[in-house]
Amino acid sequence: MMQRGDIDTIVSWVPEGGKVLDLGCGDGELLHRLQAEKRVKGLGVDIDPANITAAVGKGLCVVQQDMEDGLQNFGNSRFDAVIIAYSLQVLERPHAVLERIVSIGNEAIVTFPNFGHWRSRLSLLFTGRMPKTKALPYSWFDTPNIHFCTVADFETLCKDLNIVVVERRMSSNMGPLAQLWPNLFAKSASYRITRR
Amino acid sequence: MAQHPFDDSVGLVSPQRAHFPEALYLESGEVLDGFELIYETYGELCANGSNAVLVCHALSGNHHAAGFHSENDTKPGWWDTVIGPGKPIDTNRFFVVCANNIGGCDGSTGPNSLCEATGAPWGSHFPQVTVADWVETQKRLAEYLDIQHWAAVIGGSLGGMQALEWSVRYPDWVSHCVAIAAAPGLTAQNIAFNEIARQAIFSDPEWHDGNYLEAASNPAQGMALARMVGHLTYMSADKMTDRFGRELRQGSFDPQDDEEPVFQVESYLRYQGSQFVGRFDANTYVLMTRALDRFDLSSRGQGNLTEALKDASAEFLIISFSSDWRFAPSRSQEMANALLSAEKRVSYSDIESDAGHDAFLLDDANYLALFSAWMGRVAA
Repeated sequence: MMQRGDIDTIVSWVPEGGKVLDLGCGDGELLHRLQAEKRVKGLGVDIDPANITAAVGKGLCVVQQDMEDGLQNFGNSRFDAVIIAYSLQVLERPHAVLERIVSIGNEAIVTFPNFGHWRSRLSLLFTGRMPKTKALPYSWFDTPNIHFCTVADFETLCKDLNIVVVERRMSSNMGPLAQLWPNLFAKSASYRITRR
Repeated sequence: MAQHPFDDSVGLVSPQRAHFPEALYLESGEVLDGFELIYETYGELCANGSNAVLVCHALSGNHHAAGFHSENDTKPGWWDTVIGPGKPIDTNRFFVVCANNIGGCDGSTGPNSLCEATGAPWGSHFPQVTVADWVETQKRLAEYLDIQHWAAVIGGSLGGMQALEWSVRYPDWVSHCVAIAAAPGLTAQNIAFNEIARQAIFSDPEWHDGNYLEAASNPAQGMALARMVGHLTYMSADKMTDRFGRELRQGSFDPQDDEEPVFQVESYLRYQGSQFVGRFDANTYVLMTRALDRFDLSSRGQGNLTEALKDASAEFLIISFSSDWRFAPSRSQEMANALLSAEKRVSYSDIESDAGHDAFLLDDANYLALFSAWMGRVAA
């Protein structure tokens, strides 16, 4: 998980002592780190019972639910930050979830693998097959990642949804190139977004 | 060498009895001039008393939650899967207390006890008790045992309701609360099943308006029928299909056959009914089901569950089972959501299981793993 490059960014963005909702929290590694380093009041949400058990074992508060069911149970809540780390691509209706999280969070932090990365492009160009990487090793027919997007796609969607990008950070092993041409060189993208 | 069944249990345990001479003012307005509780404890209470855990029993449960009563005992207490060394409620860490609720029939003051005023068994005159009344008696037991605080209060089904009631009635007493296969209140369907069970008992000619002890009889038929209905609702349809299908226990499907065919499921339910008659009391069954029906956690918040929970200071674990239709996952979710909206610390999981409501008593690896993992945060 740590080699993904978005985790340190998330940790740096989350406000100290804030109320944080981590959607698709997995085994709770990120939330655990946020509690240790940022003393957040954290709540995790995940759909997989095995993840719930793992996160509970780390002393976290987690509830099992499908974040695509509308998150209506957070109707009255207000979080300082709502995080979707590397789960956007598994959602059926990512746009609906994005709209929802900017309404329950003062700010949302969204990170995803950039499908516009040059390796993905070259892989498709030369092999003519859907790219597989070490981080995302699935075959096209059997992958949880049903909605890949590129950095450019994501920003266009935000604009369409009236969502403001407060800050973005690209991670890559290509250094400054990723900041100059993120859509081509960023391996993963991290965004702080909020409702206009 | 075969493993001895005692090896992974708390081993031999014996019930104890506590007498509480002070009057108990019940929610109904009636007064019990003192009462007795029969209870068991497992593990050791540590010097500062910080490791006490209260386990609350369900409708037909009692104080014997874990371990064995004798060397020849083949059946352990009702929650032996959960309570014991290395188990979720780890008796190496916790001092576990479980009492038979008043109104019960396993040794605590109830309909079969003698009423001092009349010198006769209480029978149907035993006052209606409530979940809140049970919490009061459990608190007295805690004080009797020199316990000022529960590290956790834990229960399944009706026991879960008691745990929830504790968390709002005595928030300072409870730092962790676990409600498994429970609900903030029963649904109409649930109350209906309880009413059918009660009517089965009332319609038995041996019921004698609840004073069957004095009439030297027992509404066994009615009780058996009540249990059959109840038991049926604790199982899932899929599990029943797997276990019984359409198999016959005796006779055949041949229409020429004189012998009446008996399905496996019929035979099973009849057995469950008859077993129950020997170990449970009809008045207790009526009292317990009414206590269940009347419980409504939201009433503390004038019908608003979030409001009702506002004083709770415990951290909560809510667990449901996917095939439980008697206390459906949606009821646990309602509970978890109200806790979230009241800004309480809560974890919730719906365990995939085909065992229906009974799953909370059974040895399910995912359930026990989650339960153990969560109990890790409860400081002993």
